[in-house]
Amino acid sequence: MAGVRVLVGTRKGAFILTADAERREWKVDGPHFPGWEIYHVAGSPADPNRLYASQSSGWFGQLIQRSDDGGATWQPVDNTFTYDGVPGTHQWYDGTPHPWEFKRVWHLEPSRTDPDTVYAGVEDAALFRTVDGGKSWHELSGLRGHGSGPQWQPGAGGMCLHTILLDPVHPGRIYIAISAAGTFRSDDGGVSWKPINKGLRSGEIPSAEAEVGHCVHRIAMHPSAPDVLYMQKHWDIMRSDDAGASWHEVSGNLPSDFGFPIAVHAHEPETIYVVPIKSDAEHYPPEGKLRVYRSRTGGNEWEALTEGLPQEDCYVNVLRDAMAVDTMDSCGIYFGTTGGQVYCSPDAGDHWQAIVRDLPAVLSVEVQTLS
Amino acid sequence: MIRVVLPAPLRAIARVEGELAFDLADPVTQRAVLDAVEARFPVLRGTLRDQVTQRRRAFVRFHACAQDLSHEPPDALLPDPVVRGEEPFLIVGAMAGG
Repeated sequence: MAGVRVLVGTRKGAFILTADAERREWKVDGPHFPGWEIYHVAGSPADPNRLYASQSSGWFGQLIQRSDDGGATWQPVDNTFTYDGVPGTHQWYDGTPHPWEFKRVWHLEPSRTDPDTVYAGVEDAALFRTVDGGKSWHELSGLRGHGSGPQWQPGAGGMCLHTILLDPVHPGRIYIAISAAGTFRSDDGGVSWKPINKGLRSGEIPSAEAEVGHCVHRIAMHPSAPDVLYMQKHWDIMRSDDAGASWHEVSGNLPSDFGFPIAVHAHEPETIYVVPIKSDAEHYPPEGKLRVYRSRTGGNEWEALTEGLPQEDCYVNVLRDAMAVDTMDSCGIYFGTTGGQVYCSPDAGDHWQAIVRDLPAVLSVEVQTLS
Repeated sequence: MIRVVLPAPLRAIARVEGELAFDLADPVTQRAVLDAVEARFPVLRGTLRDQVTQRRRAFVRFHACAQDLSHEPPDALLPDPVVRGEEPFLIVGAMAGG
């Protein structure tokens, strides 16, 4: 039976939410790994029962868990993330050089075609890959070795590589984003990289249009139009029509262009979603109204989606990895909040319902569409 | 026989209950105990000490005989009651909130 499986990472465990195609009645399973921070849970597009979870804690460090049965059971796999060669330094908050130190895995991106191949974005920013189902991880050090590495600096949440996009059309093309270094592209499977931040403008850094140093919060693409990229930057919604070679702002009529996630409709490459947040200091929705904004024109023209979302006294945040879409005929949109709610709209944002309301703070949301 | 107690989150990861017991040759040190724990439970590598530097993780503590041994050198001898198996070597998650 067709349905969806929503994979939720929270501050204190993972939860798996399942429903049939109607997406009205939900089963909540969890917490898995209770008490641990689960930055991300991701499923393999090539084998939906293969899941990977990033499990970490301030006490006991990083673990990676793997499931071969859709999350019913889990097995820890290798947790060794060792930087290639001499790690070198990046900028610390005070501008001084600081050694690269592994802290945690923020994001796991399974290959579209091979369930044993997974990319991992980590803090301090680097990209790792396993090709044996998590038995071993190896750094793709051409990224960190890019000449600009010593200029990268942490954002408030740490210097994290949080977004990995695998281009389904151009073999070997990968996009990643780092807070606060910017966006980078590889055309050779991750061996070599170049920064793609032309057109970004960030008033918080000494040179507003610098090649690196921008706090990119999230990037997104539609698989049928992989040269079009969308970005939620610290401030500004940005769009690229040339695979990141240049960017232009499409914030348009949003009430605030600060925010964290950005997502693309599963069937409409020009329909995108953001959740405006008041400011970099006030991490909650403007006016206490939780509103998803949708643009059907690839940006600039935005409409508020509010049906079923709290429209008063709401002061939660939606983090960068906490929004996702399913691929059902009527595209479902999902997001989780720092207040522990996970919302679903089974009709592309027109109507929303809370699947659950009282989870720990939600760090990430992914959706698997099951046939 | 050296007795070792893991913190509850790591017992769950290692899928064990209660105390662990290890036969260790002299000298019985913090390093020898951690090596033995990691050898029996490879999944715990990196959870107690950094995999590269081998330094104790900041919020992991080592207690025994009502003493905090966390800041002892890793090759210092453990107290005799631990070596004789009269007292356990306690691996503890620090009180750090969260």
